[in-house]
Amino acid sequence: MINNPSLRDPAWSRRVFWFFVACVILWPALVSTEFRPWVFFETENLKVTTRFLAEFFPPSLSPEFLALVAREAWRTVAIATAGTFLALLFAIPLTLLSTTVLSVSSLSGRMRALPFVVRQLIRWLLIFLRSVPELIWALVFVRVVGLGPAAGVLAIALTYAGMLGKVYGEILESGEREPATALLRNGAGRIQTFFFSILPGNATELTSYTIYRWECAIRASTVLGFVGAGGLGQQMDNSMRMFNGSEVATMLIVFIMLVGLADLLSTWMRRALQ
Amino acid sequence: MMTPPVQAHKPVQAHRVPERPKHWVRLDSSVFWVFVGTVVLIILSFWSLDLQLARVLSLESLGRMGKFLAELLSPNLEPAFLSKLLRASLETLAMSAVGTMLATIFGLLLAVPASRSFIGDPARWRFLTRLLLNALRAIPELVWAALLLISAGLGPFAGTLALALHTTGVLGRLFAESIENAPQNAATALRVQGVGEGRVFLYATLPTVSPQLMSYALYRWENNIRAAAVLGVVGGGGLGQMLSFHMGLFQMQETSSILAAMILLVILVDTFSYFARRLLSR
Repeated sequence: MINNPSLRDPAWSRRVFWFFVACVILWPALVSTEFRPWVFFETENLKVTTRFLAEFFPPSLSPEFLALVAREAWRTVAIATAGTFLALLFAIPLTLLSTTVLSVSSLSGRMRALPFVVRQLIRWLLIFLRSVPELIWALVFVRVVGLGPAAGVLAIALTYAGMLGKVYGEILESGEREPATALLRNGAGRIQTFFFSILPGNATELTSYTIYRWECAIRASTVLGFVGAGGLGQQMDNSMRMFNGSEVATMLIVFIMLVGLADLLSTWMRRALQ
Repeated sequence: MMTPPVQAHKPVQAHRVPERPKHWVRLDSSVFWVFVGTVVLIILSFWSLDLQLARVLSLESLGRMGKFLAELLSPNLEPAFLSKLLRASLETLAMSAVGTMLATIFGLLLAVPASRSFIGDPARWRFLTRLLLNALRAIPELVWAALLLISAGLGPFAGTLALALHTTGVLGRLFAESIENAPQNAATALRVQGVGEGRVFLYATLPTVSPQLMSYALYRWENNIRAAAVLGVVGGGGLGQMLSFHMGLFQMQETSSILAAMILLVILVDTFSYFARRLLSR
């Protein structure tokens, strides 16, 4: 049977070899993540889980709880919107300062040393802002300004300023440079060049990316509640701590709906701008 | 007396010069309504949130911020602590790798019923599987982790599974799309020979799409390393758990080292993937 050439796998030895290599790499990873699926089936855990899951149905639908969830859902959206707006306010000047399109000295040969260093420093600042996840910023701000939506707004503002600043820079630099260069060579100021050539040329792409980031911020702001930054996440954390399955179920449904709605709205807005 | 206008130099119009809008208020323009809606949303957000910006930006709170930052500048660099930090970083890496691997396997298993593989394929399970994938995807890793803590307990295992669940949703959806959009030549060739659907998938569709699937999986792994660093904050192991532990005890030197390790990890992964992609796209 195995000698039948149509059934022989020409890559057999290679497959076996890579399978063992994968196992050797995977083993320490599984140990380090304490990968023990059977903990789910220990009687104690199983009892807690089934009780919690059994409570999921029916979801809690009492009017006062629904009103609370609606208020928290709006706060989630508001935190995301305010955070994205502040991020925009930070990101615009940082982009203007860091983009090479607006460099006057590089019109003739290489950029001069000082502007180069300033641009590089701002770029590093943007990388730093973006490298710290928003949840960590939120933890820091909860410590500094106290529990509540302000921590969430500031966390989103800082992380997203980094992301927006970086991507705005990339958009501007990958777009057409000729109109900007022409204006700068003819003696237009940097601000004039920005408003009359760079902004009109890239407005659609910039807006579309900002709307996409707003959508991401809504997801993020739900999560920020888990460290005490207000919104739906905070409420969900409370209900989970009390093992209140029916409330958790309602909030999960509301959350999925919220994300879906933001997704739809953002797609619609981006299409409207085309 | 006015001189008559010179007619000789009428410029040849290469492009039609667009008409200038009369007003900036244009009720028939969707862009205008998107703009108005956005402004209203921003104003409502700030108005309803009660941010107490005065308190946030007060001298006292700025002073606290300064003190906090100053404390962050003296990291704990004892060898014993650094080796603990290294272990936690490796745990974070392992969590992201195992989570992504599980998600790739389950994502592929779910992508098959979620895709219409040829024209006229009834694909009975397509709607239900897509619904499941969307639900998995809509719930963020952190919420999954908080839910899983109840049945799996504190530690990296809950975090790994949380990553796996969310990523299964993301990858399953992407895999299904690439299976549906795959070139059908090889699959059709096998199908007209009477080969069964299972073997058509294994010998034609899967080899065609596998490079794309691999690049999606690698891209998600990159995302998951960032996510894994954070998951621990709710108790899911790795660097995040260490961070929330030391921050909760106000041990600022340790907190500072952990934050530095996190930033370093993220930057390393970014740089690595940047060069890997440049190498691949060459």
